[in-house]
Amino acid sequence: MTMVINVDIRKTLRSGDRVFELDARFESASTRVVIYGPSGAGKSQLLKAVAGLMTPDQGRIALAGRCLFDAAASIDVTPQHRRVAYLFQDYALFPHLNVRQNIAFGLQRGWRNPLARVDVAAVRYWLAAFELDHVALQLPHQLSGGQRQRVALARALAPQPGALLLDEPFAALDPGLRERMRAELDALQRRLAIPMILITHDPEDVRAFGDHVLRMNQGRLEEHAP
Amino acid sequence: MDSFFNEPAWIALRLSLKVACWATLLALVAGTAFGYLLARKRFIGRELLDAMLTLPMVMPPTVLGYYLLVIIGREGVVGAWLQHHFGINLIFTWQAAVIAAAVVAFPLVLKGARAAFETVDTQLEQAAMVLGVSPFGVFLRVTLPLAWRGVLGGTLLAFARSMGEFGATLMVAGSIPGKTQTLSIAVYEAVQAGQDDTANLLVIITSVVCVTVLVAANKLTPNRNPQR
Repeated sequence: MTMVINVDIRKTLRSGDRVFELDARFESASTRVVIYGPSGAGKSQLLKAVAGLMTPDQGRIALAGRCLFDAAASIDVTPQHRRVAYLFQDYALFPHLNVRQNIAFGLQRGWRNPLARVDVAAVRYWLAAFELDHVALQLPHQLSGGQRQRVALARALAPQPGALLLDEPFAALDPGLRERMRAELDALQRRLAIPMILITHDPEDVRAFGDHVLRMNQGRLEEHAP
Repeated sequence: MDSFFNEPAWIALRLSLKVACWATLLALVAGTAFGYLLARKRFIGRELLDAMLTLPMVMPPTVLGYYLLVIIGREGVVGAWLQHHFGINLIFTWQAAVIAAAVVAFPLVLKGARAAFETVDTQLEQAAMVLGVSPFGVFLRVTLPLAWRGVLGGTLLAFARSMGEFGATLMVAGSIPGKTQTLSIAVYEAVQAGQDDTANLLVIITSVVCVTVLVAANKLTPNRNPQR
């Protein structure tokens, strides 16, 4: 069985007098991994390590057979080249760019932002797929919570990444909207067949996405019996 | 009209604007770079570096002028090297006035830029990195567009400060009419020589320029940024 993801990392985090030890190892052949645990358990740090936004002290990370990080071999692929999509908890949409520009952001490398009326195939596709056409020229602060999440997902998926990392994707939404957006993400993930790692403290997310569930507590991971 | 614009007052104004523009440009580049460094990078001695870089703002201009002479003077560390290799002598040139004004004005850009960069959510920069944009691209496409008001506010203050620079400029550039005699130095010379009319005109010009710049700077205070 080929592994989708292999993680075996250690990191000591210090903030003031507090010392936090992250010691996470897991592997999974599933394309739907959920890491479940209370806030402050180290879930976000683990996800950041996979995306290359945090550098572990030791260990290695591989995604779909590709080594992204190996401390012993001095391999540390930059976040720019890991080809992962990252959905931040509060979406981190660029406040100065409209919906079109946000979605096109990762499609245009270099030093300049996409133009306000950027119209490339991928942008058209995602605007239509997420019913965002009528808000395409609006700025993030003018959008509803559900629209913001769709824009963030479209922005993350437009460059055709190899994996999708989600940090508490529904925490910023109203409870009524959560159910709907869960169903939407569920359908989307099945359609794209993209490997997904989702971190959450919400048992509902575990029920909806947890093909392979790991529990995180105080920086350590353990298998979670369903 | 021709003779009007050849009045010593206008010559001094033109020179002051030229010196202030170049000095502001230098201060903008250096202040933005160091402001970003201090806002984003964690290293030992960061606050000490900030204090050192802010020093020109609080030090007596004469002390600063003395330091500059030690550095760019004929016998100075950099000055001797420039003289030896390129035959360049900076002392008593308008370029020396630019350096003096830039050093004095630089902390104003630095303070504005650092504060502005610190208000930009690092998560936005991380999001841009994961989307494949290079570090300098992230700076130009995310950080700077969200911080430009603060940077520009500091830059306008730096411009106003450059226009008013007197002490350090006098020490390194002197007071050569038409060559290094800026507005603020011309005011001093006019008062010394008892030319009250000239002094009045120069004072009014300086005041108008500085008030205009300060009003513009106030309109750009970062907390009015509607995008945040």
